Amino acid sequence: MKRTPLYDTHVALGAKMVPFAGYDMPLKYDNIIEEHLAVRSNCGIFDVSHMGQFIIKGKEALNLVQVVSSNDASVLEIGAAQYSAIMNAEGGIVDDMIVYRLDEDQCSEGEQAFMLVVNASNIEKDLAWINENNVFDTRVINISYHTGLLAIQGPNATNLLQELTDIDLSEIEFYHFKKGIFAGIENVLISATGYTGAGGFELYVDNENMLALWNAIIEKGQAFELKPVGLGARDTLRLEKGYVLYGNDINDETSPIVAGLNWISKPDKTPSFRGVDHFRSLKANKNREILIGFKMDGKRIPRHGYEILDMQDNVIGKVTSGAMSPSLDIPIGMGYVPRSFRKPGTSIQIQIGKKQMEAEIVKLPFV
Amino acid sequence: MNTPENLKYTKEHEWIRIEDDHAIIGITDFAQSELGEIVYVEVETVGETIAKDEVFGTVEAVKTTSDLYMPLSGEIVEFNPKLDENDGDQPDLINSEPYGDGWIIKIKFSDPEELASLMSSEEYVELIG
Repeated sequence: MKRTPLYDTHVALGAKMVPFAGYDMPLKYDNIIEEHLAVRSNCGIFDVSHMGQFIIKGKEALNLVQVVSSNDASVLEIGAAQYSAIMNAEGGIVDDMIVYRLDEDQCSEGEQAFMLVVNASNIEKDLAWINENNVFDTRVINISYHTGLLAIQGPNATNLLQELTDIDLSEIEFYHFKKGIFAGIENVLISATGYTGAGGFELYVDNENMLALWNAIIEKGQAFELKPVGLGARDTLRLEKGYVLYGNDINDETSPIVAGLNWISKPDKTPSFRGVDHFRSLKANKNREILIGFKMDGKRIPRHGYEILDMQDNVIGKVTSGAMSPSLDIPIGMGYVPRSFRKPGTSIQIQIGKKQMEAEIVKLPFV
Repeated sequence: MNTPENLKYTKEHEWIRIEDDHAIIGITDFAQSELGEIVYVEVETVGETIAKDEVFGTVEAVKTTSDLYMPLSGEIVEFNPKLDENDGDQPDLINSEPYGDGWIIKIKFSDPEELASLMSSEEYVELIG
């Protein structure tokens, strides 16, 4: 089992550690619901160092990114980022990721550099696939195992972080980043991204600086009542915003077109992504499945794998994510159903144990 | 983990306190710790007679759902009103006081010979390591 540089810190804080994607990670420090609400209303800090990072660098770096990535990286200026999916040859999703267009300080003449940030569980699979597609004058460097990542999220996150850097954080737009000195540490990549929909930043730093960075933020965070937050609340926070989780809502067989990810799919770019023909033919198929959000009454929680039924008790799909929403205090979930059921307000049922419980399709996000 | 010596246990991580021909049943400190924050307890079987090892209810925790099993055959005579969402509505008592106010049901057991199948606290401690 791998550990992040902050393992001992989490244990000392009394975190409940659980295995996740080969890492021993904090599920929660105290209470998942309170951690969730702290991020929505104030600020929380997450160690998400298990996430993977690859540097794609070379004269044809853009070509390699374009071939494996569903989104169009050619529109990225230096200092900008975009959400995207790594596509396989069958039009399925190898992984979802963020693509960063890095500065070219470390590049030779004519080279470009990108950073791909991927899910921990998929690091080796992604790497193999990207390398297989690398017929270009470009290098792929896996920096996952010596790069740490902290997410500081919530409406007060920016105010707190601003006290630790001279870089004007208010000038970093959503899905943009700057590299610079943060809490006295050089070369921190400060990214206006996150998986909570609550605002804030993600900070990438070398492993050896992780503890110093964490401690500086925790110390400054006392005045802000900053809370450490585990993977449990990270999951409910992302679900309330309708963000998909790889392995739950999407996998190697899911097309972005059914997962609500048409907005990150740019089939007309050149070169286009792997599996683009499958993408196009599925897009033309009006009977395809679609990922929907639903809400329920009561207190039973819909969970991954539960069946979705129509009102005549026919099985029409499966739940992919579900939770008691801490913000709304009702059960919410996502799952796949035939496209004809997509309209908000449509009644469906969720099979929970021996019971069929009524649910209503709603627009995403929930919050 | 707290495992009081005066109680009996099952491998399903339930505890049983025998009071004459009745038994009070809850889940252990270990079980509540593994489940995490409990948000709902469903017991819709009051008045029913259920066989040993059959499901009598369900616990919803934030991260997982867990069925509750009868440690002994018998009739369910009471569901702890403090946990019931239509009454006290404090399911988190199972987390804070698993052996006290977090008890779940009271049963009138029908087969005293089944008592021999329950584990002592020593045996249970060995089970959970």
